[in-house]
Order: sequence, then structure tokens, then C-alpha cells
Amino acid sequence: MTTEISGVIATYGITLLLAWPLSRYIVKVFRGDRTWSDFMSPLERFIFKISGINPAEEMNWKQHMKALLTINLVWFVYAFFALFFQDKLPLNPDGNPGQSADLAFNTAISFMVNCNLQHYSGETGVTYFTQLFVLAFLQFVSAATGIAALIVVFKAMKEKTTTKLGNFWDIFLKTITRILLPISIVIALIFVFNGMPASYAGKEAIVTMQGDTVNVSHGPVAGFVAIKHLGTNGGGWFGANSAHPLENPNYVTWMTEMVAQVLIPIAMVFALGMFIQRRKFAMVIFGIMTIGMICLLVPSMQQEMAGNPAIAHMGIQQATGAMEGKEVRFGAAATGYWSTVTTIISTGSVCGWHDSTMPMTGMMQLLGMMLNCFYGGCGVGILNYYIFIIIAVFISGLMVGRTPEFMGHKLEAREVKIAAIITLLSPFLILAGTALSSWVLSHYPDANWAVKPSAWLNNPGYHGFSEMLYEYTSSNANNGSGFEGLGDGNVFWNVSTGFVLILGRFLPIIGPVAIAGLMASKKYIPESAGTLKTDSLTFGAMTFAVIIILTALSYFPALALGPIAEYFSL
Amino acid sequence: MKKYLWPSVKLTLLLVVLLGGLYPLFIAAVAKMAPGAGDGIKVTHNGRVVGYENIAQKFSDDKYFQPRPSTVDYNAAGSGGSNKAAGNPDYLKTVQERIDSFMVHNPDVKRENIPAELVTASASGLDPHLTPAAAYVQVPRVAKLRGISAGKLKQLIDANTQGPLMGLFGLSTVNVLKLNIALDDMK
Repeated sequence: MTTEISGVIATYGITLLLAWPLSRYIVKVFRGDRTWSDFMSPLERFIFKISGINPAEEMNWKQHMKALLTINLVWFVYAFFALFFQDKLPLNPDGNPGQSADLAFNTAISFMVNCNLQHYSGETGVTYFTQLFVLAFLQFVSAATGIAALIVVFKAMKEKTTTKLGNFWDIFLKTITRILLPISIVIALIFVFNGMPASYAGKEAIVTMQGDTVNVSHGPVAGFVAIKHLGTNGGGWFGANSAHPLENPNYVTWMTEMVAQVLIPIAMVFALGMFIQRRKFAMVIFGIMTIGMICLLVPSMQQEMAGNPAIAHMGIQQATGAMEGKEVRFGAAATGYWSTVTTIISTGSVCGWHDSTMPMTGMMQLLGMMLNCFYGGCGVGILNYYIFIIIAVFISGLMVGRTPEFMGHKLEAREVKIAAIITLLSPFLILAGTALSSWVLSHYPDANWAVKPSAWLNNPGYHGFSEMLYEYTSSNANNGSGFEGLGDGNVFWNVSTGFVLILGRFLPIIGPVAIAGLMASKKYIPESAGTLKTDSLTFGAMTFAVIIILTALSYFPALALGPIAEYFSL
Repeated sequence: MKKYLWPSVKLTLLLVVLLGGLYPLFIAAVAKMAPGAGDGIKVTHNGRVVGYENIAQKFSDDKYFQPRPSTVDYNAAGSGGSNKAAGNPDYLKTVQERIDSFMVHNPDVKRENIPAELVTASASGLDPHLTPAAAYVQVPRVAKLRGISAGKLKQLIDANTQGPLMGLFGLSTVNVLKLNIALDDMK
């Protein structure tokens, strides 16, 4: 039991030790300093030349967003058609069929927005071609999209008065060539030397010890799983995601995947402080995020290690905790840690099923996604936190009766309105979606879809409600994990979550970039004695309070109907 | 938007080749040098491949140590867990049935000594491991059916137990396939 906890602590410690040097490197890359990775620049110049892009052209925030949205649209069209026609494309050794239109719509969006909600199983629903040329590709570029948007905000915060915020293509491509690709290669090599498959062979027939014939799925898994975690994507190669013994063979790969997924989110917080030269500001943010994580982590690990009370009543030993939907090589503590990290950052990969975790753990997972800003996904985590900072600056300004200022610029009605809309968007999408699905479930239980609404829920009662709430929360947070018992492989879920995914992705990117861009174009006001200090612990606590109050007010009723009611009925 | 469309299309095509094509090919090439040559690590017994080291397989015969319950019936063409909630009455009935069945096959074991991992389904349905406790509890049954002393079987389990990583991190595990191969080799 103690080795279980020491494994978790060591994994977090390794993450911090690696995130620090990585953040210094990230800052160098985006400041344009010389780095060891400059050998990539001929490749970058070649790509820009062929694409007809001038990487030196400065863009304002609107041009950044236009470029970002245009290329995302291209990805969507490409991914949709590739998935729809995948049975006619090469690299399909297992002969898997093409996806239906609604499933291809959902899958294309889901991977484009860095969510990786999977309404199919990797073994049967996609081909090696679509896994690599569509899904793994999107795992790289969607992570780079989030980071590029964040770098625009970094640049806007750093400058006194400017509209020139760098070149989108340049930031985007360098994120891939200098950060995501080299680190993914290192991680993938660790994986293959721990027994993760990487070859292109199809299913292999094995005759077992007692003579059964089993077709074992494998494939080029290792490279996929590397970017799956590094880019906070989370979509699994296999249906069982990182619980599958070929997608996560041992404790070394467990630690590697765990470090990989939270590495960039933490490094970006450190990088923020170095980039805008306000280290204390970033350290306070890091502190608040870490406290937030611990508040969700401790109950999760405790609940999972304590075991299922209903099984305890049967007189069974649960020395290893609640083992339903968990793997022995990871155990309850490690799975509890993973479930917290994967939900606060937007990975959504799992090493044990969230549907089978204890009610309070399930609530922590939901809260992690509802908050979505403790470290958060690649790039977008800090963008979400940035919105809360804007709200906190505004409220603090009202409390002390001064015009609110942030980073030397006045915060005015327009920016606050944008922040307010973004803050209200999440509860709107989550709660309206859950209400809609509950309504369909109770009024049209026999609707003629691939899965009838009456068969959607894998569990009765409060937990069934949580399954629907979880699906929309995960979609809005672009997380991608699920209470996977939910029968989501039909047109209702594919389409409704598809729209939640798009809105939950692009508005929370455009909002902060717009605010930062608008602020940066204003007159610079030097700091004075009257300026609200945003790098103080007091302001950190203020931001934390804003986050907690807004979240509690938005979601408490829904949580009371789901995990809280379930907890008290167990 | 129009201004950005063609650059987006061309950039996308180039990156698809780089990230979807070259990157996994490079990993697959290096993996040829890794254990299992990039196909996953297999186990051979008496000159024939009997399975993947890390994929659980079905052992219906009571003479073997049995792995954890699987919701996909150990069919590695797919994978998955039950996704049952902690308090789901149907699920608890299933657990009760597993306990009853275990008691029938292992009459010498007291109910309170059954570890939970033997009556709960794993996440992947392919969990290749048992905890040492879940292996020990099957010793009386296997010993009786094979006529091997319980002490020897316990030694066998200990020899096939992998401790925590560097003795510090994670749990001790027993690979069921390897344990059963060692068991067959005992005579």
C-alpha cells in the first residue's frame, strides 16, 4: 500500500523535474533564441515554401483566429471523408468497415478539438490508416493549435502596446517540429522497449495453453500512445484505452504516460512566468492549480483505496481497494491519481473505468472537467484560467472601487462581457445537453436509433443520470473520457455531443485571445501604488474563490442529482 | 478566410505525411530492435507460442491458476470492462455469483479470505496479472488436484512474483500465464 502511494508521489515529482527545463526550452523556442533544435529549421523553411506561407508576416489577433479556424475546417473535412471511406483506403488488415456519417462527424470533430471522445472501439471502428493518418495526425495538430493560441496570449500580455502578435503558422509549426514531435519520439521509444507493439501487422491468431484460438489485436500502437498523452488527447488505440495491457504494459509505461500527459500543461505555466517576465505571477497560478488538484486527488485516492462498501457487505477482502474496472499492475491508488489528472487536464485517457469508480471519485472527475483549468489541456488550460483571472480582476476592482487593470491595460466592459459569456457557456452546454438527453430518454424511450434511448444507460438510478451528465461535461471540456457504459454509438449522441465539442473548443479559445488582443492594443498604464497586484497570494486566493463560487453555483444541483445522491444511497 | 485556405490545405498535406506517415514508420523501424520486435512480447512453451506475455487467457481447468474475471471472455480481438456502478443491484448479483462459484471450486477457502480482485472484472478484460494474495488463495485447490504440496506451490508463486518497480513504486504482481507454464513444468 505504501509503495502504491510512493509511486504516485514519485510520478508527480518526476513531472515537475522535467517540466522546469522544458519550460525554459519552450520560452527559447517562441522568443526565437538559438536552441539545439535549430537543425529543424531547414525542414520548417521547406514546409513553408511549399505551402506558400511567409512565416515572418506579423498577424493581429483576428488574423490569428482566422488562420486557426481555416486550417481546423480543412482538418474536419479531411478527417470526415477519410473516416467515412476508410474501408476503401489502404492499411486495413483487419477489414474494418467505414464509419457511418454521424459517427464520422463525431469522430472527426472530437479528434480535431483535442477531445477524443470515442463512440467506437479502436479494434473494430477504425483502420490503421485512419488511426495514423487521421487520428494521430489530429492529435499532433490539435495540441499545437491550443499551444499556438496560448502563445498569442503570452505575446499580448508581454507587450506594452501592440497589435502585432507573431505569425500563427510559425508558432503552430514550431510547436510540432520543436516540441511535440521530438518528445513524442523519445516517449514512443521508451514504450517499444517496454513491449508496446509498433509494427503494422494485423490481428494475430494465437492458440492458448488450453487450445483456444484467440485473435489478438495490435498494430503501430507506440507512436500513437506517445502523442495521445503528450498532446493531452487521450484517445486510445484499443477500446480499453490505457488499461489495455498492450497500450500500457507495465508500471514504467504507466509512469511515462502519466508524466507525458501533464508535462506540457505544467511546463506552460512555468513558461508563462519566464516569457512575460513575471515569475511570481506564474508561481502563484501554479500554486493555486496544484492546490486545486490536491483537493480533487485526495478524496479520489482515498475512496478507491478504501474499496466498494457494497462489496464489503458481502464479506470480501478489499486489501487492494475497489478493483472493478481496474488492472492489478496499476492498483487503486495509481488509478485514482490517473483519474484526477486525466480529468483536470483535458486528456481523458483512462487506466481504469471511471464508470466503476466510487460515487465521490466520479464527482471529483466531473468537477475536474467542469473546472478544466487546473493545469488544463495543452495551451487551453491556461486560457481557461485566464478567463477566471479576468473575472477576478473585475470583481476585485469593483470591491475596492477602482478601474480594474491587468498587465498595464484597462479592463473595460467589452473584455468583461466576453469573459462572462465564456464563463456561462460551459454550464449552458453541459446542463442543456443533459436536460435534452434526459427529456429524450423519458419521452422517446423507443426511438429507432442504433441504441434505443431505453437502452442508453448501463446503470440504473442516480448513476445513470451521471452517465449522461458526464458525457456532456466531457464533451464541453474537450476531455474525451466517459462513463463508458453509456450507449453513445448512435445518431443522437454523435450529433449532440458534436456540437457541444465545437462550441466548447473554439469559443473558449477565441474569447481569451480576443480579450488579450484587445487589451494589448490599448494604451499602456505604468504600475502605480494604486494598481491591483495580480501576482500576490491575495489575488491568487481571490481567483481561487471566484473559480469555486462560479463552479459551485453552476453545477451543484446537477451533482446533487447524480454522484451526491448515489453516495448517500450506497 | 480565403487567403488562408490554400496554405492550410498544403500545410495539412505535408504534416499528414510527416506525422501520420514518417513518424510511426520510424518508431516501427526502431522497434525491430526491441523485445518482441514491435509485435508485442510472446511466450513460448515446449517449442510453440502459447500467448502474449501481457494478454490474459482463459484457464477453465481447475488444475490451473485462474486469472481475473473478464467481461470480454478473454477475447483479445476486443477489450473492455463492465462499466458497472458500485451500487448497481445486477452487478452486485454477478459478484455474489462469482463468490458462490469460487466457494464451490475452492471449498477449503473461507469467504473472508477471497480477495476482491478475483470476483471483480478487470478494466481491459485482459488483465494478465494477479496479486500474490489472489494466487495464494488458489493454492489449496491446485495442490489437491495436482498432488503437489501447498508449500511448493507457494514457493512457485513467490518465484513468479514481480515486486514493485525498484522495490519502491507500485504493486507486486504475478503473471498468470507464466505461473501456469511453470506449474506444468514442475513434474
